Amino acid sequence: MDLENLVYDRPDLGKFQVHRSSMTSPDIYELERRRIFDRCWLYLGHESEVPNPGDYARRVVAERALFFARDRHGELRVFHNTCPHRGALICRTDHGNAQVLQCFYHAWSFNTSGELIGMPDIEGYGPDFDRADFSLRSPRYESYQGFIFVCFDPDGGSLRDYLAGAAEYLDLVADQAPEGMKVIPGSNRYTIKANWKLLAENSIDGYHALPTHQTYFDYMASEAGSDIPAINRRHGFGRALGNGHGVMENDAIYGRPIAMWHPYFGEEAREEINGIKDELIGRHGHTKALRMCEKSRNMVIFPNLVINDIMAVTIRVFQPTGPDSMDVTAWQMVPAGETGSRLNRRLDSFLTFLGPGGFATPDDTEALESCQQGFRSGGVEWSDLSRGFHRDPRGNDELQMRSFWRRWQSLVAERPHVEQFERGLTPGEIPNVQPSPELTVAADD
Amino acid sequence: MVAQNIPVEPYATGLPATAESLLLQHEVEQLLYLEARLLDDWNLDAWLTLYTPDARYIVPTTDLPEGDPASDLVFIDDDYRRMQGRVVRLQSRHAHREYPWSRTRRFISNVMVTAQEGNELDVTCSVAVWRYQAGEASPYVGRYDLRLRHVDGDLRICRKRAVLDLEELSNHGALSIIF
Repeated sequence: MDLENLVYDRPDLGKFQVHRSSMTSPDIYELERRRIFDRCWLYLGHESEVPNPGDYARRVVAERALFFARDRHGELRVFHNTCPHRGALICRTDHGNAQVLQCFYHAWSFNTSGELIGMPDIEGYGPDFDRADFSLRSPRYESYQGFIFVCFDPDGGSLRDYLAGAAEYLDLVADQAPEGMKVIPGSNRYTIKANWKLLAENSIDGYHALPTHQTYFDYMASEAGSDIPAINRRHGFGRALGNGHGVMENDAIYGRPIAMWHPYFGEEAREEINGIKDELIGRHGHTKALRMCEKSRNMVIFPNLVINDIMAVTIRVFQPTGPDSMDVTAWQMVPAGETGSRLNRRLDSFLTFLGPGGFATPDDTEALESCQQGFRSGGVEWSDLSRGFHRDPRGNDELQMRSFWRRWQSLVAERPHVEQFERGLTPGEIPNVQPSPELTVAADD
Repeated sequence: MVAQNIPVEPYATGLPATAESLLLQHEVEQLLYLEARLLDDWNLDAWLTLYTPDARYIVPTTDLPEGDPASDLVFIDDDYRRMQGRVVRLQSRHAHREYPWSRTRRFISNVMVTAQEGNELDVTCSVAVWRYQAGEASPYVGRYDLRLRHVDGDLRICRKRAVLDLEELSNHGALSIIF
């Protein structure tokens, strides 16, 4: 196994390929666990999931059981979900509210700050017993705009440095509402029998949208007169955001509940949506507001977090469980104060495309599993990601995927990472933004 | 002594022990069996005719079975229009997760009429759907909460809330069939 050469990166030839053993090899998977998932900042959850003192929620991140809580002082806390005494899980429900968390095994009790506050028969321990030695343990954790990340590398840098250019794109989500964004109850949890990197690729792959999701676009066209040929004329670009993060930012090809009207929303929604847009322009200025309202963004934050700000805002995280399987969880974010027709539109917009019961996501799952089965066929050693290598990056090119793989190669081979932005924008550069065309068939007048 | 906190009302059958009840139970069961058979046969156009034009079809997420589509994330919240769209999609060869169509077998049991008001009935039942596709067998197990309505002498479905008992779509990857 030549770990140095799993990515074939030749700008001079306009050729970029990835060796398929990266998707199938158990040895590479084990290396990824140590060299990627034990080193990178990994998404844990969102602060809005634990708004009140005592609120907690549990997660599995890179096969480790964790939970996070709001302690009685309002501080966010993140803990390894294991009793410091003998190991049992402390938090055994997905979420809840508690002042005291008690391990059921020997009934040791902890407050939401992680301090050991009691156990049965304390007289059984000698004079040197110190409760402070048995506080719940925390991994490193930081949050940005409410997005909580953990890092299992005690020597890693700060989250803000790690996010690099991705931070601006989290701002574009978080700033959509003056009262902030929140995660709503209910999550999509499903398994895909495919390598986790296939979902990273898929999540920022504009090229697959029309062929794979034809039934979605057909439905929108039949329901609301969307102009499918206009989808091919949309403008957009992909860009590398540093540290392996990448995004594609395009004219929206569907309505955006935040503030881009689409016939699917109905004529009666037009005024309300234009009002939201005016409010955002007033608050953020024309350029930022126009990006928020009329551009869709699909972003991967390396290695396993996707923020899709498309026909709805989703957080999607995938935990590898082997070289050919992953557990996916997805949530929906909404403006914290949104209610009524605005919220209804947003929830409805999500469901048409997204989720295991949507008109598109099941077909992504099928595509990824199909690739994984195809890899087993053999005969082809390399997958190709050269699209757009020779030109200024468009939204359905593959620069953003190449940036993911370059970072992956550096980490797996344990070599210094050299950022490459190709002919795309560098982090922090503000794109030249034009209004997105309405995707309506010309009215018969 | 009756234990506290057990909600008595939802366990009521709603049906008195009469011959009419037997006929109604039979009519309800036949409708549910017919729906199961039409779905197993992928006769989706006929399946739609079992629903009223104001129908809702809801599937909450596995982690929030009590989820409310007005405020929470659910898997499916279709009105009749989107149910029609779902059928068109599943009949297309571009619904890739269901091409070719998976083989399914639905088992309906524990059918109870829980309430009657006017020409409408509330019904609950247990359901197991076995789906076979691409070498995998995956069961969707759960409960239907239904509201049925007599329309011109026929019993039709005007609301179906299909609640999964699964903790996650672990072996399934998606909810690509109609559950």
